[in-house]
Amino acid sequence: MFELETAAHPETLRRVAIDPVTRVEGHGKVTLLLDQDNKIHQVRLHIVEFRGFEVFIEGRPYWEVPVTVQRLCGICPVSHQLAAVKAMDLIAGYGQLTATAEKLRRLLHYGQIVQSHAVHFYHLASPDLLLGFDSDLTRRNIVGVALDFPEIAKQGVLLRKFGQEVIRHVAGKRVHGTGAIPGGVNKALSVAERDEMARDIDQMIVWTQGAIDMVRRLHETNPGFYNVFGDTPASMMGLVRADGALDFYHGALRAVDAAGRTIFDQVDYADYQQVLQEEIKPWSYMKFPHIRSLGADDGWYKVGPLARVQAASYLATPLAEAERLKMLALGNGKPVHGTLVYHWARLIEILHAAEMIRDLLHDNDILGHDLMADRGTRRPEAVGVIEAPRGTLFHHYRVNEDDQVTYCNLIVSTTNNNQAMNESIRTVARQYLDGRELTEGLLNHIECAIRAYDPCLSCATHALGKMPMTVELVDADGALVDRMSRGG
Amino acid sequence: MSDISSANSFSIDGQRIAFTPGQTILEAALAAGVYIPHLCHHPELTPHGSCKLCTVVVNGRNGSACTQKAMPGIEVENNSPALNDRRRVLLQMLFVEGNHFCPGCEKSGNCQLQALAYDLEMLTPHFRHAFPARPVDTTHPDVWLDLNRCVMCELCVRASRDLDGKSVFMLAGRGAESRIVVNSPSGLLGDSELSIDDRAAHVCPVGAILPKRVGYAVPIGQRQFDAAPISRQVDYLARRHIPIVPVTEELVK
Repeated sequence: MFELETAAHPETLRRVAIDPVTRVEGHGKVTLLLDQDNKIHQVRLHIVEFRGFEVFIEGRPYWEVPVTVQRLCGICPVSHQLAAVKAMDLIAGYGQLTATAEKLRRLLHYGQIVQSHAVHFYHLASPDLLLGFDSDLTRRNIVGVALDFPEIAKQGVLLRKFGQEVIRHVAGKRVHGTGAIPGGVNKALSVAERDEMARDIDQMIVWTQGAIDMVRRLHETNPGFYNVFGDTPASMMGLVRADGALDFYHGALRAVDAAGRTIFDQVDYADYQQVLQEEIKPWSYMKFPHIRSLGADDGWYKVGPLARVQAASYLATPLAEAERLKMLALGNGKPVHGTLVYHWARLIEILHAAEMIRDLLHDNDILGHDLMADRGTRRPEAVGVIEAPRGTLFHHYRVNEDDQVTYCNLIVSTTNNNQAMNESIRTVARQYLDGRELTEGLLNHIECAIRAYDPCLSCATHALGKMPMTVELVDADGALVDRMSRGG
Repeated sequence: MSDISSANSFSIDGQRIAFTPGQTILEAALAAGVYIPHLCHHPELTPHGSCKLCTVVVNGRNGSACTQKAMPGIEVENNSPALNDRRRVLLQMLFVEGNHFCPGCEKSGNCQLQALAYDLEMLTPHFRHAFPARPVDTTHPDVWLDLNRCVMCELCVRASRDLDGKSVFMLAGRGAESRIVVNSPSGLLGDSELSIDDRAAHVCPVGAILPKRVGYAVPIGQRQFDAAPISRQVDYLARRHIPIVPVTEELVK
């Protein structure tokens, strides 16, 4: 394989500088590297890492961190809050949370899964799926969906709103609230708040089932396309309970290979560095984590909806599990790896989260007032892990005796998916690149492959039309053959 | 209003305000339910007159309402667009002189500087941020000192000196070099006489001096300035006390 790091004449390669402002705005940049026969050999998706958060929370007080790190993202801030607070619980000396606190945090997290997945499916992805990958760019957005499929657009908006309201009731605000604090939560849920959510939850479940049906029918119209597009066999990782069920909020790490065989299971996530290794490459700000036992070349893996519903043994709610089994039937007993199947799995996860919310709303523990655990012995270091909407999210901290953060390591979901996204783009580029010219059609297909993973750059995309993106074609000698760019 | 005689009253924006001799314009106004923006004033401490947010026009001349005594018959201009414009500029300068990042600050919702900025509709910092390099002192076991957020109102200086009898804090330097320093052999808070029970540990109107490990214990919606803008909390401003018992997460329970 052509390797940039070992290129014979690196001086001929074009140096790419990504302007920080561009990065913050979420531009994607893709480099396609060709071999001597003008076939795609390697793909590089250049994504920005997280704006230095790991450095600038150093020196800050540990209790501030769960709120500060939420600012990593406006779509799934709750995930960062919860991953951080799970670490800070331990650092501050809190062990077992009260039942009320843990269930309110779970409610918060499931609300986050619903709203984030709804944003992604309805606002960002459904225009591609419902209007067509090659449809008019000026209409391929949520407004276009609202014109042609008003009922679906309405359901998407209200489903997202429901998730946001769940977040508001627990955390005080729809975006960037407080809620979880080291040792528990800061706010009890009122009966009125509970009843407001209970009033709407059954409708949300019905709508989600409808959306899952829609996506299944879509796949049935053209299985040769939907199930094969960007087919990327890879290892898969997620958090599972002791019985193997997927658990979004808390569990142990499990990874399976592309054929579904266990690589590791029930690994305490505090020991993540024993099973995962992070690698740095010179051309990206993003780290490349891989499974240690498989090595840097073969150890890359997928996280997020499609990966974790298959890494887990089952989903612990009946409706979602039934839908999961229908989706898995695509593979005839083998794991499913088509990039677009991510959308299907994502909707199944909305259903799973909604069912979990419904169960919690019938649990009187969530109305309790015993919000804080008893404080025990502090620790200088801890890890918090959660299944964020986009996949497994690691927060790792060290705190000194004066309460200051001295070390922070984040492995965010998009970083976990880094190599997998590159591989999906490579598959798509091989399928759709014709000769040495970049075409609008190729860009559209690359864009759809990237978006299926719901990477963090997607927050800047599509809602206003198209993903701001630059694709460069580089031949085996490092010469730029073609370049296409479009703004956001 | 008929019981207000001209001998013990004055007017603010045309409204008659009764006062008792010795009261400042600000004290008399707050007692009468009239809001004058202010930051460095606290009802339990001697006036200081440093933040200048309470600047009013008294008989045609500018003056600090917190230091100027109420006098019979004076005409005070307070809530006018011209004065509020200047107050907004003062706030903007306070914001850019320090490092105030409300989104991650645990004082949000309880911060007087933030509340004033909301109330005076400060929509942008306007001036270039100075981004000063200011130290964080974490050495005290119970109190966090973050000078990034200090507005040098000297409430801590006065509380420590006048209420706690310790003089832990002092303003040092001049002009742009001004800063709060700590009275201890090493200059660190951990070596000072400050105790978490001191008033000075709880008087800070911003997030510079904070009891440790409290953080976001008060949920959004129940913080001081969630209920109403600061301009509609005159009774609170007039009667507030510096807490003696530290606020801890036990309150949540």
